[in-house]
Formats: sequence, structure tokens, C-alpha cells
Amino acid sequence: MEKLQKLFNPNFLWGGKQGKGPRYRHMFNYSRLWRSAVMLTALSAILPLLAISWFDYNVTRKAVESEALSRTSRTVSNTKRTISAFLTERKSALDFIVHDNIYEELIDPVRLAVILENLRKAFGGISDIGVIDAGGQQIAYIGPYLLEGKNYSDQDWFKEVVERGIYISDVFLGFRNEPHLVIAISYELPDGSFYLLRTSIDTDRLNEQLLTLELGAQGDAFIINTKGVLQTPSRHHEKVFEKIAIPVPEHSPKTEAFEYKDPYEATYILGYAYIPDTPFILMIVKNQNEIMKSWHKTRIEILIFLSIGIIIVMAGVIGFATFFVNNIFIADQRRIKTLHQVEYSNKLASIGRLAAGVAHEINNPLAIINEKSGLIKDIFQLRDTYAKDEKLIGLVDAIHASVVRCGAITKQLLSFSRHMDFSFQLVDLKKIIQEVFGFLGREAEYRNIIISINVSEDVPQFESDRGKLQQIFLNLLNNAFAALSDGGNLDISAILLRDECVRITVEDNGCGIPKKDLKKIFEPFFSTRANVGGTGLGLSITYSLIQEIGGTVDVNSTVDVGTRFIITLPLNAKNIKEKK
Amino acid sequence: MRLLLVDDEEEFVATLAERLSLRSIEADWVTSAKDAEKMIETTHYDLVLLDVKMPKVGGRELKKIIEKKLPGIKTIYLTGHGSEEDYQTGSAEAEYYLMKPININDLIEKINNALGKQGG
Repeated sequence: MEKLQKLFNPNFLWGGKQGKGPRYRHMFNYSRLWRSAVMLTALSAILPLLAISWFDYNVTRKAVESEALSRTSRTVSNTKRTISAFLTERKSALDFIVHDNIYEELIDPVRLAVILENLRKAFGGISDIGVIDAGGQQIAYIGPYLLEGKNYSDQDWFKEVVERGIYISDVFLGFRNEPHLVIAISYELPDGSFYLLRTSIDTDRLNEQLLTLELGAQGDAFIINTKGVLQTPSRHHEKVFEKIAIPVPEHSPKTEAFEYKDPYEATYILGYAYIPDTPFILMIVKNQNEIMKSWHKTRIEILIFLSIGIIIVMAGVIGFATFFVNNIFIADQRRIKTLHQVEYSNKLASIGRLAAGVAHEINNPLAIINEKSGLIKDIFQLRDTYAKDEKLIGLVDAIHASVVRCGAITKQLLSFSRHMDFSFQLVDLKKIIQEVFGFLGREAEYRNIIISINVSEDVPQFESDRGKLQQIFLNLLNNAFAALSDGGNLDISAILLRDECVRITVEDNGCGIPKKDLKKIFEPFFSTRANVGGTGLGLSITYSLIQEIGGTVDVNSTVDVGTRFIITLPLNAKNIKEKK
Repeated sequence: MRLLLVDDEEEFVATLAERLSLRSIEADWVTSAKDAEKMIETTHYDLVLLDVKMPKVGGRELKKIIEKKLPGIKTIYLTGHGSEEDYQTGSAEAEYYLMKPININDLIEKINNALGKQGG
């Protein structure tokens, strides 16, 4: 879990978290590097995905749309044929009647009544029949009204039927107040004269045809005339004989289907066909939303697929980018650490050389002072004049004592710098610790720090690197001194462990290390004294030095109680090292 | 018993010679290897006290030159600088290897020891 969190929230991204310092100085801007890596890979992966999804989206939408259009078109076409057949059937029946009966038979009311009866039986919904002569006079009529003798010569339909041989009227209510239409045909007599056969047909059958069409809940099928007036009831639109809201479509010999947006922004699929030889236009209206329902499902599926795809791609992209950038970051950190370590050891080596140089240069004049003061003393002791002058002898002795002290210091410096080079040799732990204290003894005295060194008698001389041990102790003691307040205690003890190890404990009763910092104290550049000249390298170098001589280090600390460093060193580090 | 002291610090080597002579040890002194070579041609010495670091010819080189002319001569090295390497080779080559500043009584003890070795 922590690993996963690290993968998506690595150190480098929010680098400044723990404050300033060399730890957060980088060679590159990692968050920018990470951002560009994520952006570039995400773009190259997601763009094609988006393109494909977009393409798929459009293709499926177009397919569904054109399928809807063609299905509507098919329905219109079929219905048109049905309606056309309905009308043609009745027209043909009239044709048959005029051919089957001579004019005289037709104007015989008895015969006409039989014909009407037969027609009703055959087709139903036929309410009357009448014969009209060339003059427009209704010669014979069987039906509910007394229309015999009525003259139609000045009516438009009469002129049309004379001209075209057939007339199919709009639907109208008429006297009976029932929607019906009229079909009239003309028949030419051998003598060049003609007469008309006219019949009224209820539109119930027609309506039935339209109502039984399977169009879905929102679908609608109806017939309008060329003026846009409804001829049959509509399921959702206006009532019969009202003008529909949809504009009358242009005349077309074929079935047409198109998308239509009403003023309220609802989209419909509209199919229509002009029924030939009639004033009728068949219209089928379908709600596009309803038709597209199946596609909406597909659309949601596409979107889900796309979202999952994007999430997977992004997770992968972020994971990979983080992994790689983090690796660069770690490598970079390691390099910086190494550089600093090299810098630090160079610095130490330079200090060592400088100290050695200074010690050497001081040793020569010191040797002269030593000899001169020695000679003065020799002379004093040989001559009676001075031999008893205790003050003079005391002065010379004081000079001599100072020279000895200086000599001790320069010897210490020389001995310290002498062991900078890497080499394994027999070392005396106690001596090394005392040597290191030689440097810090004065500070301890000034600050009243009580130091106790307990190296157990059974700790033998052992093979190790003297210079590294010196550095380790110097670093640890420096740290302890920094943590201690004046008058504190510092204990160093060493005991022999059974498994050929020496355990060295460096314990102080200073300020201690907070728990949250305890894990990090061996990390390079971790310093709580950054603002007072700490480099944050001391303990990290101590750590690597201890490792180099085959040892381990552990730390316990309690705030305001103290800190204990426990170092375990092998007695045969050289063998261990060579085996490695 | 006669000693030759070689050190480029005249003040040091002259005073040391004087102090030794006060203690009845005859010691001549020179400040360069060249002078030392001249001295051993005319005089016999039982022991030479050589500064390791001198300009031009150092103590260890000089020791080789002197040994050719006076085989079996004892040597004590003196140095103001002590590197581990110098210390180890120096103590192997010479009887003693002393760090400046030196205690005259130590030096006399070491001289006696060195010459005593010869006698014994």
C-alpha cells in the first residue's frame, strides 16, 4: 500500500515538503519532467483512443439514424400501398359496376339499391351511390339523403372528374356529420356522351389501417391533404380537419423520410408519400429519441468503455512516468550524495594535510626553542651564579613545559592526519578513543562535560581501519557535544561480545532526537543544525564508514533524556572484507 | 664516542651539539648532506643523527652514502613530520626514529642504547 502510494506520490514531485537544503537541490526540475512525460505519453495514447471512440460513436449513430430513416421509409411505403390499394379497390369496383351495367340499369333505383347492397357486403363502409349525367344532374341516388335531382355541374369536383375521368375527394363531414370521402368516375357512352358514378366511403376503414400500424409509443401515422389538413385522426397531433403543425412537404413521386425539428427542439423522423391520383399525403412521424434508444445504450457503452480505457491508460502512464522519473531522481540523489561525500572526504583530507603541514612547520621552531631553553637550563646548572636562582630555573622549566605541550598537540595532529589513508592494521580501541578526546578534551573541560571511557579489559587489539575509526568517533563525539548542554554526561563503553564482535556504546544525556527524525538521521543532508553550519553529512558518513569496516550501527533516543549510539564492530573485519 | 649531527636548522643542531658536549658527548654538526660527506672523510664517527627532511639530499639518502664510507655506523633519525610510512621504514632502517621536539635525556639514552648494541 505504501509502495502504491509512493508510486503515485513520490518524493520528487512535491520535493519541498520537508523544507530547504541541499537535499532538495536537483539537477532537473522533476515535477516538470514528470508532467511532460505524463502529458506526452497520455496524449499519444489517449488521442487515438478518443479518435476511435469518436469514429465509432458517429458510425453507430449514423447507422442507427439511417436505419431509422429507412425503416420509417419502408413503413410509409407499405402503408402507402395499402391505402392506395384501398382506394384503387373501391375505384375498380366502380369501374366494374359501370362496365357490368348499362346506363339504364344503373339509373334504375332498384338495381342501384342492389348494387349498393353488394358493394356494402363486399367492402363495407359505403354509405351511398349515385349516378350523375353529363349535365351534372343526379339522375339516380340510393343513400340516406334525398339528393336525387341535385345539380353538380358548377362544382369543382364535377369539372375534375369530367376532365380526368376520376375524382377522389378530401375527407369531409357532409350532412351525416361523419368523416367520409367521395370517389367518382366517369364512363363514356357509345354515343360520345358520358355519366358519372359517385359513391361516399366512410374513412373508418382507412383510419383503422393507420391506427393498427406498429409505430412505437411515440409514433404517429395520419393522412393530410395537400393543404396540410388532417384527413384521419392523429394520435398525438391535432384533430381531424385541423391543420397540422408540420409544414406540408414538397411533392415527391417516391417515399421520403427526413429528420424534422419542431419549434420546441424535439426531433422527429418524418416519412411521407403522396398517394397517387388522390389529394392525400400519408405521413408517419416517429420520435427520434425513442428510435435512438437502442443507440443511447450503445452510446453509454462507448462512453463507459472510453472512460475505463482512459482511466487504465492514465494509471499506466502515471505509473510508468512516476517509476521512470523516480528512478532518475533516485539516481540523481545518489550522485549528489556521492559528490558531497567525495567533497567531504576531500575536505577532510585537505584539513589533514593542512594540519600535518602546520604541525611540521611548528615542530622545527619548537625543537629550536626546546634546545635553546634546554641549553639555558644546562648553563644555569653549570654556573653557580644561576644554579641557586630558583626563579630563573622555574622560568626555563615553564618554557620547557610549554614546548612539551605544544609538542603533544603537533604530535596529535600529525598522528591524526597520518591515518587518513585507508589501511587495516592492529588497533587499540581505547587509545583511539583517547586520541579523539585529545581534540575535544578542552571543549569538554570548558563546558563541564563529564566524560567517562570504559573499555573493557578483555577487548583485544583488533584489525581495523584506524583512520576510519577516528573519523567515526570524532563524528559521534561532535554530535554528542552538540546535543549536550553544559554539565552533561558522555559515556563511551566497549565490551567484547561472544561472537567475535566489539560493542561500543556512545551515550549522552543531551536533548535527544525526536522520533520522526530518528529514521532519517543517517540519510545524507538530513540536518537539524542546517542553519548553524551542519552539513547533514556527519552521521551519513559515519554510517558508511561503519559499514565499510564491516560494522553496524543502531540508535536509541528519547527527547530530553538522551541518545545512545550502539556500534558493533567485527574483530576480523579484514577477513570479512576480503571474503566479500 | 663521536657523533655527527646533520640538520638544516642551524640553530637547532648547533644548540643540540653544545648541550651534548656539556654532557661530555663529542658531537660535530653540519647543516647539509654535502658538508656531512666532507666531515666523514676526515673524521670517524660512531653514530650519525640525521634529519629525515632536508633540502636537496634528505636524511635517508644521506644514510646510504654514509654507510658506504663507514660501514656499521649507527643512525638515529630525527623528524618534524611523521607519516606512518616514514615511521615504519625509518625505524626499520635506523636504530631509532625520534620526533621533534626531543627530550635530551631520551636522546642520550637512545644514543647509549644504540652504541651499546654495537658493543654487545
